[in-house]
Amino acid sequence: MGIHVIKMPDLGEGIAEVEVVAWHVQPGDTVKEDQVLADVMTDKATVEIPSPVHGVITSLGGAIGQSLAVGAELIRLEVEGAGNYSGDKARQEPAKSGAAKAPAEEVAEPQLEAVAESSAPVKASAPAPAAKPAPRAPQKPSQGAPAMRAAGEKPLAAPAVRQRAWDLGVELQFVPGTGPAGRITHADLDAHVDGHRHGAAGGGRDERYAEQHGEHAAPVIGLRRKIAEKMQEAKRHIPHFTYVEEVDVTELEALRAQLNARYGLERGKLTLLPLLMRAVVLALRAYPSMSARYDDDSNVLTTYDAAHIGIATQTETGLMVPVVRHAEARDPWSSAAEILRLAEAARSGKATRDELTGSTITITSLGPLGGIVTTPVINRPEVAIIGTNRIVDRPVIRDGAMVARKMMNLSSSFDHRVIDGMVAAQFVQTIRGYLEFPATLFVE
Amino acid sequence: METINTTLLIIGGGPGGYVAGIRAGQLGIPTVLVEGAQPGGTCLNIGCIPSKALIHAADEYCKVRGYAAETSSLGITAGNARIDLNKTVAWKDGIVRKLTGGVGALLKKNGVRLVNGWATILDGKTVEVTPDGAPEASVRIRCEHLLLASGSQAVELPFMPFDGTVMSSTEALSLTSVPERLVVVGAGYIGLELGTALRKLGAQVTVVEAAERILPAYDAELVKPVAASLARLGVELRLATSVLGMEDGRVKVRDASGVEAFLEADKVLVAVGRKPRTVGWGLENLMLDMEGRALKVDDGCRTSMRNVWAIGDLTGEPMLAHRAMAQGEMVAEIIAGKRRHFAPAAIPAVCYTDPEIVVAGMSPADALDAGIEAISASFPFSANGRAMTIEGTDGFVRVVARRDNHLILGWQAVGVGVSELAAGFTQSIELGALLEDVGRTIHAHPTLGEAVQEAALRALGHALHI
Repeated sequence: MGIHVIKMPDLGEGIAEVEVVAWHVQPGDTVKEDQVLADVMTDKATVEIPSPVHGVITSLGGAIGQSLAVGAELIRLEVEGAGNYSGDKARQEPAKSGAAKAPAEEVAEPQLEAVAESSAPVKASAPAPAAKPAPRAPQKPSQGAPAMRAAGEKPLAAPAVRQRAWDLGVELQFVPGTGPAGRITHADLDAHVDGHRHGAAGGGRDERYAEQHGEHAAPVIGLRRKIAEKMQEAKRHIPHFTYVEEVDVTELEALRAQLNARYGLERGKLTLLPLLMRAVVLALRAYPSMSARYDDDSNVLTTYDAAHIGIATQTETGLMVPVVRHAEARDPWSSAAEILRLAEAARSGKATRDELTGSTITITSLGPLGGIVTTPVINRPEVAIIGTNRIVDRPVIRDGAMVARKMMNLSSSFDHRVIDGMVAAQFVQTIRGYLEFPATLFVE
Repeated sequence: METINTTLLIIGGGPGGYVAGIRAGQLGIPTVLVEGAQPGGTCLNIGCIPSKALIHAADEYCKVRGYAAETSSLGITAGNARIDLNKTVAWKDGIVRKLTGGVGALLKKNGVRLVNGWATILDGKTVEVTPDGAPEASVRIRCEHLLLASGSQAVELPFMPFDGTVMSSTEALSLTSVPERLVVVGAGYIGLELGTALRKLGAQVTVVEAAERILPAYDAELVKPVAASLARLGVELRLATSVLGMEDGRVKVRDASGVEAFLEADKVLVAVGRKPRTVGWGLENLMLDMEGRALKVDDGCRTSMRNVWAIGDLTGEPMLAHRAMAQGEMVAEIIAGKRRHFAPAAIPAVCYTDPEIVVAGMSPADALDAGIEAISASFPFSANGRAMTIEGTDGFVRVVARRDNHLILGWQAVGVGVSELAAGFTQSIELGALLEDVGRTIHAHPTLGEAVQEAALRALGHALHI
């Protein structure tokens, strides 16, 4: 019998650590070759780790939510034959015996030395979130704990408490009692009244205004943690400035309807997004510095001749930004098809790492939920993000007369370290020019 | 006709009405109280107080007769016992006078105007008051708030109207001689209290009761010592027997098997219950909502008409003076602008039978009916030192508590002198005491109260003296 150790694979350039998001096996399980052992996540792409061998799991390399360095031990198996583990005996032995006795504790054993974020050793081996339960107020002995009254049960309180409650206009049935058998004390009444006075509690007397005391701690792991980190990084590093301009999209919408009527069946329907992408591509010709990645650690701003446009996409687990590569080489229908394919891949968790990285500028659109103005967060290390807002029919003055036009705001944010306000404004105005005279999108 | 204007007009000077008056006076509400007879109502004049006086006198007399018969194990003998019932009644009347006079003084002290006469309601804010036999002295009173506290009256059997022989408790309390043969109709607490007293005063007493047992409102275990005492005293019980009427000065009865019999009687006490006094004084004019024979009120004693309030026996069971007093106090406070509800945790009740019975809160059966899982435990007075020293070892104290959290739900006791335990019983319930609270309270030795503590301990499984 030998030991086979599966290490965290190198999942792509520049990835130093990978987060474990799911375990499909537990110590003691027998696994077959190619059986999926774990899901790990890098930079928004979730990767399944299959077993290269047949064997019995003896230990897992970390808890769910824990990030492991590339090359760190992920899973240890007992296999027929020699295995691949050549560590010294001293380390091998305790691992084996430990696995036999208490596999759950194995997780926190020394082989976790390589774990990057081992500050919080977690002892759970089950594939459940290992977060600590929410801190709870110290519980009094059972008799002293606030007892919930059953429906229709009278509140229990001494006559003096009852009278004071009436004087205060408090219905005792809404006051939790902390005394023996749920007796309501003067102190309970005080606490209840205080709560009301400070607005902590609703003023009502029915269920709709009942105080709610639940707290639900949930671990921020997986994609959510990635999003949190990226958002935090972006906001911490980038001095954003947001520029909002309104765009008359009446003509664009008319054209879009025309195109969809004419080509919808054979080429697929166009949304506004591919048309906007085309406008951005054209505007980038004049403002190439907008298609860029700014490495602020080494103070290098790389601008790209290509337009790899990230499309912010809502998935069930959170925000993802799949990338339409070389948007400059696509016509609107090609872009539309690519957006559709990428969104589908992102939502089903099938998007590859390449499809989720490498954008040079990002577009974010909430469609009809777009609101009036947004302040988009830049997809670091890019330097610009363009957001669309809702299209509404609005009265505007044209040639001295008021007419109804379809108006849409563009809310765009820029990295003010490398983009000056004037340039950003001109860039947005250029986009606006293309959108308001949509023929220019096609006729150059 | 003189017209009096006031804020609060109270009709009836019984315990409910006069307490409402005193409290209203304390709160500065201009108040007029109308009473046709002496203040104090049924309770002070013809109920609780005179009956207790008579019971006490009968007990004392009975005791001396026992000494005279040299049957007392205390070694006491005495000469022939005699009682002059005229003097007894005079003594009792003295007590009543003192109390009713005291009520009058309290009302005066608190600025309540007492108007003597019988009230007739004209509308929800106007009442005409006519003194006995002086229609020319009628006054009209207009008020903002009308508090109805007219009380109750003894139920009369239609086939056996009150006359010289057939009497209600009122007349029974004013007898100037002991009847040789007394038939009591109804084995409720009034019939048994007075029947027992008159038996002790020397009458031959037969109690006729339609139900299967005496004191049907109380549980069988609680009633057992009373039944035993009645048997010892020689009170004849005719249970499951109904009264058909009077025939040639005799009471015609029929038992459960249909056999009819005649009971010789010099006096017949009809004690089959009391009913709210709702007719004969214009109450019908207000067309108030009723609940059975009683006025319907909410938990603030409001009737269906705005600013017309009702308290006490007029509002139905339990017809107890202390309930009426609590309601009266509350109504005065509500009228004074305070927020109040009539929400007692328990209303105690006492039977001055021999021995006494006291209950507060739920019996085991009540808890069962309410779907509460309860435990109950009794402690007998036969294991209580104080009870032995007063020849009162019959009876027990029983506690009922929730099984889950030991909250005390009720108390029952039967025994000599247990009426005084009512205070502790009711307090423990009102304060939300647990069995542990009472079990851990030091009860003075030697007292009957030790049985209260021991009952609680026994419910917890560790009584000390049994």
